[in-house]
Amino acid sequence: MSQHPTPTDTPPALNPAQADQLQTLIDQHRDMPGGLLPLLHAVQGAIGHVPPAAVPAIAHGMGLSRAEVHGVITYYHFFRSAPAGRHVVQVCRAEACQACGGEALMAQAEQLLGCAAHSTRADGAVTLEPVYCLGLCASSPALQINDRLHARVTPQRLAQLVARLEGV
Amino acid sequence: MTGTTTTTNANTPPLQLFVPRDSAALAVGADEVASALQAQAAAHGHTLVAGDATTAPTTDTLVRNGSRGLFWLEPLVEVATPAGRVAFGPVAVDDVPALWPALVAEAAGQASSHPLRQGLTEQIPYLAQQERLTFARIGITDPLSLADYTALGGWAGLRAALAAAPAAVVQTVTDSGLRGRGGAAFPAGIKWKTVAGAVADQKYVVCNADEGDSGTFADRMVMEGDPYMLIEGMAIAGLAVGATQGYVYIRSEYPDAVAVMAEAIARATAAGWLGDSLAGSGRAFHLEVRKAAGAYVCGEETAMLESIEGKRGIVRAKPPLPALSGLFGLPTVINNVLTFAAVPLILAKGGAFYRDFGVGRSHGTLPWQLAGNIARGGLVEKAFGLTLRSLVFDFGGGTRSGRPVKAIQVGGPLGAYVPAHQWDLPLDYEAYAAQGLVVGHGGLVVHDDSADMAQLARYAMEFCALESCGKCTPCRIGSTRGVEVLDRISANHNRAQQVILLRDLCDTMLHGSLCAMGGMTPYPVLSALNHYPEDFGLAAPERNAA
Repeated sequence: MSQHPTPTDTPPALNPAQADQLQTLIDQHRDMPGGLLPLLHAVQGAIGHVPPAAVPAIAHGMGLSRAEVHGVITYYHFFRSAPAGRHVVQVCRAEACQACGGEALMAQAEQLLGCAAHSTRADGAVTLEPVYCLGLCASSPALQINDRLHARVTPQRLAQLVARLEGV
Repeated sequence: MTGTTTTTNANTPPLQLFVPRDSAALAVGADEVASALQAQAAAHGHTLVAGDATTAPTTDTLVRNGSRGLFWLEPLVEVATPAGRVAFGPVAVDDVPALWPALVAEAAGQASSHPLRQGLTEQIPYLAQQERLTFARIGITDPLSLADYTALGGWAGLRAALAAAPAAVVQTVTDSGLRGRGGAAFPAGIKWKTVAGAVADQKYVVCNADEGDSGTFADRMVMEGDPYMLIEGMAIAGLAVGATQGYVYIRSEYPDAVAVMAEAIARATAAGWLGDSLAGSGRAFHLEVRKAAGAYVCGEETAMLESIEGKRGIVRAKPPLPALSGLFGLPTVINNVLTFAAVPLILAKGGAFYRDFGVGRSHGTLPWQLAGNIARGGLVEKAFGLTLRSLVFDFGGGTRSGRPVKAIQVGGPLGAYVPAHQWDLPLDYEAYAAQGLVVGHGGLVVHDDSADMAQLARYAMEFCALESCGKCTPCRIGSTRGVEVLDRISANHNRAQQVILLRDLCDTMLHGSLCAMGGMTPYPVLSALNHYPEDFGLAAPERNAA
């Protein structure tokens, strides 16, 4: 869950490569029924987040208002308007993980990473976020580091995993 | 098979090993174990090639199967033996060197004495005592192997549906007594009949795979472990109601399920099981994955439709019913993964076969999901009518921490906390509803006696505030006020008065919310308050009520 800028901020412009990439993706999704979410996924997949500067082109391409596109981006937890850290650590806070020490794991992660939940560390090395269920509820507590899931995570295991993160 | 493959001598059958690819196995190191087995094989002059489960191997193979759902044993390594598959688990990478000779011996029919040996997989009591209908293939097959799927009964339901009139297909589903497995338990056949009777140029079939409830993972296991079964069930629904386009809406927290479903759809289409002409029948059904974006409320069916349409996932008022005015305003069948997944078997074996499982009006089986603080967490598919006590203690072995069980939350974050005196109720929709409880999607989260029920009640309100779509006031405002009231109760600011306020607030949310998000958040809150008042600083309950 990233910080979403208000529409009054002036967003930094896309670089030419990003602008080309964006236009290609818009063209691919223009005629897809309900294509906005797949398009936003594709943009975030390509650029790492959905830059505010991309919103006007997306709105124009999809025949929507900028407010509608902004509304969708900010409604869903998954979409980021700002880049995440180089590593993303997501700790599950849902009930099954709470029952096995998930809350303590989140506190430990904050301390080990030097980063509060819901934030990106000042040096951009890591983003720490809560997540509400990774579907590993029989093997809790669970967390995800970048694309990799980890279950039955003990405090020792978390310390090992964090120690292995490059540049953290 | 490559020419470089080293086969063992002529008297030894090829090795066939199994390491699950389910994400719950990967999360505890299944890929690393698979790599270690490859390395160990190479060190002993073997080469393990990828293979499926049902083709007799001609060379040493490593099958990446789904998970059996015995998660405390994952990574669960199996080896094919003359007597059947033998299991070892939980296997760590460091165990692999000592495991290798045991696997080789087992394959040759010599039982080993390895400490991780669990015996014949099918005879592990946790598995042997289940009634696996929907999960019959999961953990046995390579999920993406069409050969495995076909060999173990796949497509029989679709063939039956193609040979029958659409109305007869709907009737079979009605006769089976199948009810919506997403939680609402609405009879599937009646929903299908409504869509079938609607007149429109385009109709849709939508699978709700936004499995956001903590304590549930059965949908994920189906998608990762037997994706063709879901495809087959949705195609049958399409034939029954006259829909040619389907969508599977999968949560973004399940990237493996998204990838496996997308690949399975591509392979099924290439093989003619989806597309313009199902099995050469000339009848079309197209299927597409839509990835959600992390909004819990999109598990509510109308919010999901909004999301698939590319909008914010805001709940719609009903009526109109989605069956008549659903996706893009057109008639739409919406069911949960487990509902569609039950359909192929029902078509293949007839409505009566499925109907004969279960009790009362709860027919068939439910894949119960044992989660949280439990010694043997996993998936237990059983007919309705068993008890929580049986699931949590006989199957689950009590808590993982070894401490007493305090509360069991049944039915996800919006389900009630069930105290000990209700653990012997039969698990069926009506018996639970009569006690103000919900079976929901069959997820159980076990908490031991260290759980603070006031904190969990607060969490329920906090989660509702976080995930509310904001359309209706009781949910949007009520959840935030609920957190505040619970904080005042904990801090003992006018506690008695605040408890009255909390009950009043819950009453408003229960009766005034547009959907289950606000309408059911009071279930965990009030059950915690009613059964564990001491955690809220109130007098302990009288224990004479049963």
